[in-house]
Amino acid sequence: MDEILEILEGINPDIDFETCDTLVDDGILASLDIVSVIAELSDAFDITIPARDIVPENFNSAEAMYAMVQRLLDD
Amino acid sequence: MKNILQYLEAAEKRFPEKTAFADESESVSFTALAELSRRGGSRLISKGLYNEPVAVFMKKAPQVICTFFAVIYAGCYYVPLDPGMPKHRIRMILDRLQPSAVVCDDACEKLLCDLGHGDAMLSVSELFSAEEDKAALESVRRRSIDTDPIYIVFTSGSTGMPKGVTACHRSLIDYAEALCPVIGAREDSVFGMQVPLYVDACMKEILSVIRCGSSAYLMPQSIFMFPVKAIEYLNKYRINTVCWVASALTMISGLGGFEEMMPQYLRTVCFGSEVFPVKQLRAWKNACPKAEFINLYGPTEATGMSFYYRVEERFFDERADPGPVPIGRPFENTGYLLLKEGDVPAAPGEQGELCIRGTALTLGYFDDPERTAAAFTQNPLNPHYPERIYRTGDLAVETESGDLVFVSRKDNQIKNMGHRIELGEIESCACMLSGVESACCIFVKETSKLYLYYMGTADEKSLQRYMRSELPRHMLPSKLIKLETLPLLPNGKIDRNKLLEM
Repeated sequence: MDEILEILEGINPDIDFETCDTLVDDGILASLDIVSVIAELSDAFDITIPARDIVPENFNSAEAMYAMVQRLLDD
Repeated sequence: MKNILQYLEAAEKRFPEKTAFADESESVSFTALAELSRRGGSRLISKGLYNEPVAVFMKKAPQVICTFFAVIYAGCYYVPLDPGMPKHRIRMILDRLQPSAVVCDDACEKLLCDLGHGDAMLSVSELFSAEEDKAALESVRRRSIDTDPIYIVFTSGSTGMPKGVTACHRSLIDYAEALCPVIGAREDSVFGMQVPLYVDACMKEILSVIRCGSSAYLMPQSIFMFPVKAIEYLNKYRINTVCWVASALTMISGLGGFEEMMPQYLRTVCFGSEVFPVKQLRAWKNACPKAEFINLYGPTEATGMSFYYRVEERFFDERADPGPVPIGRPFENTGYLLLKEGDVPAAPGEQGELCIRGTALTLGYFDDPERTAAAFTQNPLNPHYPERIYRTGDLAVETESGDLVFVSRKDNQIKNMGHRIELGEIESCACMLSGVESACCIFVKETSKLYLYYMGTADEKSLQRYMRSELPRHMLPSKLIKLETLPLLPNGKIDRNKLLEM
């Protein structure tokens, strides 16, 4: 989880990523941000995020991203 | 034909009930579009507005396009603004134009007051609540001529001061007549509009809709982050034609969208504004084997697009290395020159600055004779009578087949996510924060990343925070690097190449 928070804080240090759960819905993460988050998550956890997982629900909060990463690691 | 409203009025007669523009919450038929535009126009006339800029400050929605036409009906010209634009750019534009009316939706009303222009606010509901005043509209139309302006679209300026490109009826009519046959716009065309409405790129769809009776769906900007959702959208509305920046197409193919779903109806895929990687182009061709792929190129100063290239089979052959996709040949009724240093014409195979001539040229930059004179000059190869050309600042070569290929920029303008950006604008924004003495922005092409080097007492965090509040995401540097001093060239300019190596 800390790794994910670190990646997100690198993008915008002014957001409280531990509590915010509307990162996509409120436009806090722009399209360029999503692309870099995907790239950094893939690198950090050595996973491939398939297109079917690139949906707003999986990127609205750090927790949702964590859950997605865990699921992909288990597969 | 002298006024683009004639397209709209003809379409209103031919396709009254058909959808002209729609998004997920609203749909506007040709009748509604024309009637709202005339009512809005009547309102503006009754407020005493004529032959002056009217700002349109709204979120992307069909009613924005109705407002554009309302402004034209009033004999004024619209200045599109959007909450997604850099805040300091909106402020500079409003401060300079001092428009007597700014049409706002609910979301932008507060923003406008914060920017200090609340006095000029005209809510969009008030605009459309007026009754149509036939006599007033006719009187405006009688006086209009085809060189009257339609819009001012602002683009990034290297000094930080944006340039207001001013286009007229004539240049847009010329554009519509040339564009529609190239992209195959017809009555049965359904467009998925990716671009925002504050850039002239949106005129591809707007002109096609009013000239050919096509329909266009305004896609939310956020959908492009989610490849499967974007493809679902295309299929849901049976979209058969797209004119997107290459990065939007790349986002869908690069993130693996086609592994889940294919677009079912696409027959024309136009891309432009930046280089489309051949690998992604091939992924799209595999997903849509029947579609035609067209590269479009053109500067805002020559009204929309000026060149096109229909991608040939050889680009889709996995084993071949066909080189970059050409920008191709000029649109009908557009001419060009390739000029080397000293205004000497470049021979075939030689690199030269691409200069455009013809009716498609816009009127120039609003309230800016100096920069207009620098970019719009006399054709140096014609000493006989006044003839304007627009110097694009793009270097190109002509290949043996007669197609043009883009090589590079002459200056520090770059393209990121399809947006035209002057590195100087990012630098001048950084320097507005006290504690930043000088700054230099570098664009690394291979990774599409921006780096900002600066000197001063401000720390990286506060500068990052400041720039985030002033600039849109595509103009934000990925990294800020503070240096004791910036490397200089002997002439005193910052040594960009040295920074690139760092």
